[in-house]
Amino acid sequence: MEDFFRELAEEAPRWNFIWMYEERQQDKILSGIWMTIKLSVACVVLSVIIGIVGAWLQGARSRIVRAIVQGYIQFFRNTPPFVQLLFFYFALGQFTPVVTGDDGWTQYPIITNVGWAIISLSFFAGAFNVEIFRAGIEAVPNSTQEAAESLGFTRLQTYKEVVLPLAFRVSLPALNNNLVNLVKTTTQALALAVPELLYQSVTIWNDYPSAQYPTMLLVWVVYILLVGILVLGMHRWERGMRIPGYGT
Amino acid sequence: MTPNSGWTPDQPIISLRNVHKSFGELEVLKGVTFDVMKGEVVCIIGPSGSGKSTLIRCINALNDIQEGSIQVEGQEVHDAHLDKLELRKKVGMVFQQYNLFPHKTALQNIMMAPVKVLKEPKEEVEKRARALMAKVRLQGKEDAYPGELSGGQQQRVAIARSLAMRPDVMLFDEVTAALDPETVKEVLVTIKDLAAEGMTCILVTHEMGFAREVADHIYFTDRGVIVEHGPPATFFTEASDPRTKEFLSQIL
Repeated sequence: MEDFFRELAEEAPRWNFIWMYEERQQDKILSGIWMTIKLSVACVVLSVIIGIVGAWLQGARSRIVRAIVQGYIQFFRNTPPFVQLLFFYFALGQFTPVVTGDDGWTQYPIITNVGWAIISLSFFAGAFNVEIFRAGIEAVPNSTQEAAESLGFTRLQTYKEVVLPLAFRVSLPALNNNLVNLVKTTTQALALAVPELLYQSVTIWNDYPSAQYPTMLLVWVVYILLVGILVLGMHRWERGMRIPGYGT
Repeated sequence: MTPNSGWTPDQPIISLRNVHKSFGELEVLKGVTFDVMKGEVVCIIGPSGSGKSTLIRCINALNDIQEGSIQVEGQEVHDAHLDKLELRKKVGMVFQQYNLFPHKTALQNIMMAPVKVLKEPKEEVEKRARALMAKVRLQGKEDAYPGELSGGQQQRVAIARSLAMRPDVMLFDEVTAALDPETVKEVLVTIKDLAAEGMTCILVTHEMGFAREVADHIYFTDRGVIVEHGPPATFFTEASDPRTKEFLSQIL
């Protein structure tokens, strides 16, 4: 297998699948894929939590709380995620405390570039998730909540037992879309030198221009597979949560 | 609802005094007064928009009131210090649109409140829920979701769901209005059984035949006030108020 790709690189200089026979490049690709997966999972989880909390806060009595949530949504929804990433890392990053390393003189920021990428992308996708969940919550009939209230449920219990499970089902297709977008947007963390798949790939084809086509091809394939798996999982989940005789 | 509210079963279990309720500018209830004794079945009838539904929604504090007093077992309902959970344990409510939890099976619908709200042991609640399913004649439908049940079946699950909280009073808000004529009967039979067992019931209804059959007392409301009331034997034949007469002549 390795020999095949070695020979191919010699015969067709534009098709140097270098990461198929050189361990160092292979490690870069694998660690890049792993970082992309970690970034995606962290951002998906965090952004969903932000979405749920934000949607809950939008129902708050305090006008100030609602205004803050609205401001957050407008800011993150109406500005490019790429600009947000740069802003978080280069502008806010300057103000975060640093810790001194074991050697006594190197200093590390407590939030790394990976940390900033996760924070920034989660808030970006979270802003959309708030709106997605809010729409789901609004789709739950008031009368169903009243029934829970009349059975002695508190507002929190009603939310947890009745509103969220129903709202979540309504929200899933839209959430699905947003999470797909989020996974793809993690490539922009490249700008913060987060060593995810695209970053690693670019370093490979900068070092070995002959590996450019194969590596680009690989990036396509990996994203098609990654997002494909996510979509498949979400669809399964949607099907699994379908209520017999409801909404169809 | 503390034991020292001084209420004894020989006093009205529900007592309304001069109840006023407005939605913004619109005054829906303009001074309603009546009493319900324990074990009584009371029907409230009247044209649409006369405030019937609002009236019973005020009794379990789903709506607030602007003036007057509503007492359940001697406890003021519209008191800022009221423990709403205590009120809801005593007063069950069934709605026109059933309002079951669509993501839970029939049995789970019935079990949810006793388990989550009253924190009763699951096994015990399940036993009771199964007994209630039998009582509303729905054995075999325990695992069906609301969407798989007919309107009448859903409404009977809703009644069972309320009964699972072991209330002292049941409120029925036009519970047959959304049903087709054949299924109306099965719901009414269930309510009649309840009444026969001595459950205190307040029903808002358009089923005059049913009201005549089961009610101990009938109230006729129009434009936010009680226009006329009496036991069914005399109410339907000896109504004196012109508005009542007109309503009855259109409906009977």
